[in-house]
Amino acid sequence: MSFRVSRQTWYFSSDVRIRSAGTAVGPKEGNGPLGNEFDIVFDDNYVGEATWEKAEKKILEASINKTLEKAGLVAEDIDMILAGDLLNQIISATFASRTIQIPFIGTYGACSTSMLSLAQASALVNAGYCNLAVAACSSHNSTAEKQYRYPTEYGGQKPPTAQYTATGAGSVLVGRGGTGIRVTYATLGKIVDMGIKNPFNMGSAMAPAAADTLLAHLKDTGRKPSDYDLIVTGDLAGVGAPILVSLMKEQGYEIAPYYNDCGLMLYRKDDPEVFSGASGCASSALVTYGHLLKEMERGKISRLLVLATGALLSPLTYQQGESIPCIAHAVAFEVDE
Amino acid sequence: MEYLIAFFIGGLICVFGQLLLDVAKLTPAHVMTTLVVLGAVLDGIPAGKDDTLYDKLIDFAGAGVTVPITSFGHALVHGAISEAEAHGIIGIITGIFELTSAGISAAIIFGFFASLIFRPKG
Repeated sequence: MSFRVSRQTWYFSSDVRIRSAGTAVGPKEGNGPLGNEFDIVFDDNYVGEATWEKAEKKILEASINKTLEKAGLVAEDIDMILAGDLLNQIISATFASRTIQIPFIGTYGACSTSMLSLAQASALVNAGYCNLAVAACSSHNSTAEKQYRYPTEYGGQKPPTAQYTATGAGSVLVGRGGTGIRVTYATLGKIVDMGIKNPFNMGSAMAPAAADTLLAHLKDTGRKPSDYDLIVTGDLAGVGAPILVSLMKEQGYEIAPYYNDCGLMLYRKDDPEVFSGASGCASSALVTYGHLLKEMERGKISRLLVLATGALLSPLTYQQGESIPCIAHAVAFEVDE
Repeated sequence: MEYLIAFFIGGLICVFGQLLLDVAKLTPAHVMTTLVVLGAVLDGIPAGKDDTLYDKLIDFAGAGVTVPITSFGHALVHGAISEAEAHGIIGIITGIFELTSAGISAAIIFGFFASLIFRPKG
């Protein structure tokens, strides 16, 4: 099978596999239902730094270093790091890469950066441009609130459709061959904009983008939803996830039995502070790299599809009355039969 | 009775603000400016001898209308008009912050001291 399946789906025929994964989280994520799955749990949102931006950079560095440590490698062994985050000029990724000194490609897909960076890293490894590549991303609740909405000190009210940006970072190392979990397909999304303008209702805005990419993936690969043990979206949360299920039903696919959303898995369901669920690059990265890959190693899941969803708005565009362009990128993970 | 009226009228202004947020989907900044402008407009409407509509509301509801942000609009207009009466047209410019300067300065000064002592938790 060739690399190119369609204009948006890639097949990784050169046995691309996950070598290791590392996650680092803030206190709230550490206290959540998946708390024990994360490698590093910081007990303070500042992580001992002077600002939240510095804290996010430190969390990202911690997750990358943990990934290398688990693989028994050092930075010099890695050809390329592809990383991104939610902040202007993707400062967390660039400043972490300044410390780590691996050749760097910055990626931005808002909350879809997790699978966007992994798809690109897998493609570089598959084609042989890299032997080993790291894909990483981070988000921090307080930096994201400041960037996209209001500084938390301002105390602006939020509606129940709002989501809580996760504090944390997830990284994976991919290479060819070995015994790890295989990365088989990536389906990259196109931008879908259904005209939603409310930055406190990103789940509804992103659900159609997730449906568009999922439909393309199923069509391109000839697979059915039931071919996956689990299909997860990144951060559609309580409002967007049911919309995706019904959009897929309209297209003749029943995904509910195989479907979950990372934004609904990261925090306790009874936590009022998270509103409809988690968001941010870290939502999909933490749940996938921290929890789901381990579930695959434990034999609970053999085929996994992660659809990371992103809302590509900026504060400027929504203040100027623009709607929210959304995207979703899918990556398929498989355990050898 | 005085307290009860203050509570209900003040509460009604807050309900109006909440509706602007939830139903009209205005941003918090738009809600604030809407209420300030509303207070200013009400203070520009004469009601009886030497009184404005907002003054009448203060007589009726007391702190119920002096505590919400609408009273800031009332104070802006009051300052401007009284200075205009004393110094002519230029007083409109110099008088705007006449009555509100204490509130604005206090916000800046106390905000500064609070920022020295406290650190946001996220």
